[in-house]
Amino acid sequence: MTTKKTLNMITQRAIEEGIAMEIGKTSREYFDACNIIEMNAQDMKELGIMKNTNVHVKSESGEVIVKAVVGRQTCYPGLCHIRQGVWANQVVPPRTQSTGAPQYSGFPVTVEPAPDEKLKSALELVQGAVGLWKGEQHA
Amino acid sequence: MAELLIKNGYVFDPISGMKGDKADIAIKDGKIADKVSSKAQVIDASGKTIMAGGVDIHTHVAGPKVNLGREMRPEDKFFRGEYRGGIVKQGRRMEMGFSIPSTWKTGYAYARMGYTFTNEAAMPPLMAPHVHEEFRDTPILDQAAMPVFGNNWFCFEYIKNKELENNAAYIAWLLKATKGFGIKVVNPGGTEAWAWGENCTSIHDPVPYFDITPAEIVKGLIEANEYLGLPHSVHIHGNNLGNPGNYKDTIDTLKLSEGIKTKNKFGREQVLHNTHLQFHSYKGTSWADFESGAKEVMDYVNNNKQITVDIGQVTLDETTTMTADGPFEYHLNQLNHIKWANVDIELETGSGIVPYIYDKNIKVCGIQWAIGLEIALYAKDLMRVHITTDHPNAGPFTRYPRVIKWLMSQKAREETLDTMKWKSKVIAASNIASMDRELGLYDIAMMTRAGPAKALGLADIYGLAKGADANVAIYDLDANNLPSDPELIEAAFLSTAYTIKEGVVVVKDGTIVAEPPKYTLWTKVNMPENAQVMHDIKEKFARNYTVNLENYAVFDEHVHNARAIELDVA
Amino acid sequence: MPKIIENVGCPYCGCSCDDVRVTVSDDGKEILEVENVCAIGTEIFKHGCSKDRIKLPRMRQPDGSMKDISYEEAIDWTARHLLKAKKPLMYGFGSTNCEGQAAAARAMEIAGGMLDNCATICHGPSFLAIFDNGYPTCTLGEVKNRADVIVYWGSNPAHAHPRHMSRYSIFPRGFFTGKGQKKRTVIVIDPRYTDTANVADYHLQIKQGHDYELFNAFRMVIHGYGNDLPDEIAGIKKETILEVAEIMKNARFGTTFFGMGLTHSDGRNHNIDIAISLTRDLNKVAKWTIMAMRGHYNIAGPGVVWSWTFGFPYCLDLTKKDHAHMNPGETSSVDMAMRDEVDMFINIGTDAGAHFPIPAVKQLKKHPWVTIDPSINMASEIADLHIPVCICGVDVGGIVYRMDNVPIQFRKVIEPPEGVMDDETLLNKVADRMEELIAKGEA
Repeated sequence: MTTKKTLNMITQRAIEEGIAMEIGKTSREYFDACNIIEMNAQDMKELGIMKNTNVHVKSESGEVIVKAVVGRQTCYPGLCHIRQGVWANQVVPPRTQSTGAPQYSGFPVTVEPAPDEKLKSALELVQGAVGLWKGEQHA
Repeated sequence: MAELLIKNGYVFDPISGMKGDKADIAIKDGKIADKVSSKAQVIDASGKTIMAGGVDIHTHVAGPKVNLGREMRPEDKFFRGEYRGGIVKQGRRMEMGFSIPSTWKTGYAYARMGYTFTNEAAMPPLMAPHVHEEFRDTPILDQAAMPVFGNNWFCFEYIKNKELENNAAYIAWLLKATKGFGIKVVNPGGTEAWAWGENCTSIHDPVPYFDITPAEIVKGLIEANEYLGLPHSVHIHGNNLGNPGNYKDTIDTLKLSEGIKTKNKFGREQVLHNTHLQFHSYKGTSWADFESGAKEVMDYVNNNKQITVDIGQVTLDETTTMTADGPFEYHLNQLNHIKWANVDIELETGSGIVPYIYDKNIKVCGIQWAIGLEIALYAKDLMRVHITTDHPNAGPFTRYPRVIKWLMSQKAREETLDTMKWKSKVIAASNIASMDRELGLYDIAMMTRAGPAKALGLADIYGLAKGADANVAIYDLDANNLPSDPELIEAAFLSTAYTIKEGVVVVKDGTIVAEPPKYTLWTKVNMPENAQVMHDIKEKFARNYTVNLENYAVFDEHVHNARAIELDVA
Repeated sequence: MPKIIENVGCPYCGCSCDDVRVTVSDDGKEILEVENVCAIGTEIFKHGCSKDRIKLPRMRQPDGSMKDISYEEAIDWTARHLLKAKKPLMYGFGSTNCEGQAAAARAMEIAGGMLDNCATICHGPSFLAIFDNGYPTCTLGEVKNRADVIVYWGSNPAHAHPRHMSRYSIFPRGFFTGKGQKKRTVIVIDPRYTDTANVADYHLQIKQGHDYELFNAFRMVIHGYGNDLPDEIAGIKKETILEVAEIMKNARFGTTFFGMGLTHSDGRNHNIDIAISLTRDLNKVAKWTIMAMRGHYNIAGPGVVWSWTFGFPYCLDLTKKDHAHMNPGETSSVDMAMRDEVDMFINIGTDAGAHFPIPAVKQLKKHPWVTIDPSINMASEIADLHIPVCICGVDVGGIVYRMDNVPIQFRKVIEPPEGVMDDETLLNKVADRMEELIAKGEA
């Protein structure tokens, strides 16, 4: 049974993201650490999302394919979290409430199952957004 | 090197005994010389007043609390125009800020007023590298900084245990580690108490846990200062600042200096310097019956040669108060409800910042204004009474010329009184209206260069005697024909005809024309290492500090043009 | 013989740990071992001596590939483009030493441009609150030696500041806190059950974005109106609020650490503003301080350096060259990017390509983009010009400001790769080159 539901997204630091970032943003470790959305288990069930499968996340300003997990740092129903980084910033709205700081935490998203969609690399997402993506490159 | 000859000016230099005679000043290789060759560049100072470069004995211009003040007050920079410090760029860098100028503006503005040395009033030792970074970015001025000791855990323990030698050794070590100049004491014991939300409001209030009194702290530090023979004396901001009735606590504090003699090799005679005395000369029991205690305090100061003071004059501006007297700043915020910043600093001190408006239409502010001037006008020996505004606490340093104007002209004082809404109440609660003394240029020279230089132990460097650094201010004032309009006196002191630093013309007609390198002065005590103190230091760093001992002392590469004032202790 | 270097500073997070121990090879080129660091610090030192470090500036070619050029060419290119641009923006500085930040200030004053740092997307809202409401704070050693109540609000140090709890706040035994964690009460307020909440005595699982209401509730209790509270506020029960408020009121010394949970959510600066007001209220009955958990080891640096240089800590408009202006919302990087007001972008000591929302990246990429950074990252891989520099704490020293604004003197442990410049030298050369071009009339 799948329903459409708007969730509240936050994007924050994670130590895995920090370690991977220092290894390098084009590294495998960064790819594995940051292309994840942590969701509430109940929400996943209601939305028909199986653990460790890909989902399509859409916000007012963008969209991204990420992998859905429950995560150790649990979210309550309605809350979800993508670690700060390249994948999160595909959907973070740039509106700042005139303060300079974008809406990194607390913005509405829809999350739908997309088990057959592929995760894109950091380079593909960022270079792709600005017309510099030339195809698969060595990490 | 370059030779310079300043001809025909009226020279006022108390250090070399010049009282306004027409004399030439010869400069060679950056120093005052006997004579120069015919190749010397000549400056004709006919009809002008010559003094040594100004020496500011107490000003908050560089360091963490000054900078937090800058950071938290964007409104101090907004709006161009002369009032807000929006000067069209003169030097290498832009000038910003009114009550807490940027470091660049600080250097340029002091130089334009003929000053060439400032003593940063309080340096938290842990943050010394910050002070030195700001020194690097302050053009033209020689600078020194005084580390604070009055709430330092090491000093508490050594003084409590009556270990004078250990206290002295620790102080010497800290001066070296921070490249600091002298012993500053702020609200002794009270700022440590504030780390628990409490205070010491009299010299006999014991400090929580450490169980030592401010009186013991101050006496212990004076003893250590004289054991070492430092160039400057203990420099104190005493307990109970800013509260009506505190003149008694001030006299109690000053009395702690009695019976101690100094044997230093720098010509310093005082054993205690009480800073911004205005804030400490309040009579009354509340703001309702608040009145001037300047007479009582100056009676003591006049009769006790072992004391020097600076006045801390209120300038009737919107300004920023900032001090290591943490509890006072919280108290001020509770009074005026303007934003309050506070930084307690581990093992050493604290600080607080609150903007303040000295409104001429508020009775209390009018009385505060009167007190600072009374202190100067009551003074018998102006070598021992110096002009400051405790910048920026009582007003910005750019108001020094206005303070000079008030001291030199009763008419100017009356004009300011006339602008006050509660003039009659201010007059009733003070003595200023009945004081007709007007200071002369020699008096001003004592209060703004010779006196501070001597009190700092730097009279050999910062005067106009042969061998001194060639730091000279030439003012557009004819000593024999002073203008009757006091505004012209203020204007002349605000903007020199020439300011010369180590023989280089840095200001000409009020405009910055050169930015030569400047010195960081510090006191280097040569004494045998004290194993007990080194052990205590290692232990406290390992257990209580959050910075490693080896990262605490300022690295040599972060101190700029260090100029050590050296002394030896057996 | 390998050499051991002690008292080394770690260039990652706002903890700015200075007790790191590094073992370097005999030739001074390789880092063999790193001790006392967290997992992230380990990576930095490892990466710092990697043989893959970029050694020369690289310029993007028309076909999208990168070609090595000399530092001199890169400096000239950057200088010319800065002078040509009407509103160039230099942004970043989270990972640059203060000497570099001071040189950047000089360069952008000459260029007449915009100068901003990562606080603009991070603790900028905290600055806005401080501008209005002050900042009653302390150094981390005061927390270590005195604090018996710790609050982490919208902050997850277990992940963002890994050694914070052990070095400064919860576990250390200080002068008045000899029993360490046993005598400290830790309160975590966070919508997620974070790893930090896991070590807390109280976890208030607040409804995301409703922090302002909860702060307001605490203030009501401090002011004596606790009985008027509704049964639940922001997802927290009234009894819990009263219980936690009682703990805060009875603290001997309490500190509230706060982070992006407050600065990134709805309300931004208002969340911090009320946190500061609560702290001030608490000082009526107890001793309390508040501290922003600055993210990078020297992100406090540009705020400190530019405050003494210009009087403003971020969002600097230097376009008039003879005075500075600041107006976050108008002069902040992301806002300017979204309005396409910036016509040249220099990314330094950060990765705007990864950490700005992608619409802002797209806007900035319409114009020349320079990345000054030692690593390959998103900003380098979309830049027109990538200039490698030294890594502070690894192959260049310098002063940095810890999250509590305490200056820490960093050292270098290895030599930089052959020919690689540090930020200060590079930016001063860019500034010198601009002055040359201006004097020659080629501006």
